[in-house]
Amino acid sequence: MSILVFKIIYISVIFALSLVIAMYATLAERKVAAFLQDRLGPNRAGPFGILQPLADGLKLLFKEEFIPARSDKWLFMMGPGFFMITALMTSVVIPFGSDVTIDGVTYALQGTDLNVGLLYIFGVVSLGVYGILIGGWASNNKFSLLGAIRAASQNISYELAMGLSIIALVMMTSSLSLKEIVDQQAGWQWNILYQPLGFLIFLICAFAETNRAPFDLPECETELVGGFHTEFSSMKLGFYLFAEYINMFVSCAILATLYFGGYHFPFVSSMDPGLTKTILQAVVLFGKIFFFIFLFMWVRWTLPRFRYDQLMNLGWKVLIPLAVVNILLTGVFILIKAG
Amino acid sequence: MSVIKLTDRIKVMERKPMSFAERLYLPAILKGMSITIKHLFRKKATIQYPEQKRPMSEVFRGLHVLKRDEKGAERCTACGLCALACPAEAITMTAAERKPEEKNLYREEKYAAVYEINMLRCIFCGLCEEACPKAAIFLQNDKMAPASYEREDFIYGKDRLVEPFLLNNKS
Repeated sequence: MSILVFKIIYISVIFALSLVIAMYATLAERKVAAFLQDRLGPNRAGPFGILQPLADGLKLLFKEEFIPARSDKWLFMMGPGFFMITALMTSVVIPFGSDVTIDGVTYALQGTDLNVGLLYIFGVVSLGVYGILIGGWASNNKFSLLGAIRAASQNISYELAMGLSIIALVMMTSSLSLKEIVDQQAGWQWNILYQPLGFLIFLICAFAETNRAPFDLPECETELVGGFHTEFSSMKLGFYLFAEYINMFVSCAILATLYFGGYHFPFVSSMDPGLTKTILQAVVLFGKIFFFIFLFMWVRWTLPRFRYDQLMNLGWKVLIPLAVVNILLTGVFILIKAG
Repeated sequence: MSVIKLTDRIKVMERKPMSFAERLYLPAILKGMSITIKHLFRKKATIQYPEQKRPMSEVFRGLHVLKRDEKGAERCTACGLCALACPAEAITMTAAERKPEEKNLYREEKYAAVYEINMLRCIFCGLCEEACPKAAIFLQNDKMAPASYEREDFIYGKDRLVEPFLLNNKS
């Protein structure tokens, strides 16, 4: 099997996997919400409701496609697609396991090992807001526009803190390649142990970047009808909702990769390299990802939404100074260690 | 004027500035999350409706039924007391005289040729049941008037009110 064929298969698998996980994340969300509220959640479509995402998807597909008369039609149609594309692009640089060598050919379980992987992720994630902004603006609806403006300002404010918290991490690992960052964390050398503050800042910013509660102001059903996707219907709305879950999956993968050792786990790391090890590593990584997805949902169904000024206060007056302090502390520790 | 204390559980709120831990907000978040995670393992309150049903009270007043006597003849004599007692004026009826060959169908010489209850008017108070001298009308404790799209469907005639005739009726 040539590398090209492998890459094509691998990328298709990752693509399908992120879609399936996002699909079932919608079901998981409803189940978790229900269980946290002492209910049972959807359980009619198939055993335990496992066919519910299919039913939801079909329902969205068969809904009327509606484009508001005064909207900018091309941008209106582009918005959801753009959001979806940027959501799917991020998973390219995430390593899902260590390299496997079969018959002398080495296969890497990573779309591509960019040496600026982290920067790539930040680039793509910051593009994500355009999908919301374009969709919200093109709707020609005040609620949508408000949602879009909120999304833009929120993403810009929290990307700063996120970037600063990552700088401390990069200072420590002195690498921007995700693969290298993961491999430095073999065994118990997880970055969370060295960067707890950075992790906290990154986690909070991840909530904000994925527009999840308690920072779901761009949608904000109680104030803005549906926020940026008020005017969207059918699969265009489906794309927005769906891409949010893909974003969540990718953010969880990045969280696991950067701070929780990625595919490394104490017992798995010490195994002999081979196919079983790589598969186990992928399983470990997905375990971590699912834990984080659960955490996202757990937080969503616990905390009330922030007010807009509270959101801005937290972003600019708390998280950014904290991230700067974190950079200083990291620098001091590195200096002491180099001594 | 002094305030009379009703209980000794009064707690006076102090408006003091938040402590550092409170301003940090994180302990409160963790506390909240520990509460929600406990609910994950709680017993669920859901009753899965079509399969499981909430038990109904013995004295629940649901859909009416016009009873037959032990020989299977209708008990109602169309005296109109139920209609008179009805505070919602939901009951109407037309009386008719029994023919000799209908003796096995109706218990008394007079019977209700038409007997209608408008379920949209009915308030299920059970006064008709109390007013009936012949023990002919009862409100069942296990049936409710089902929903419908048409108003006409809620006017229940004898076809839906009279207890079905059972051939193996206990004599």
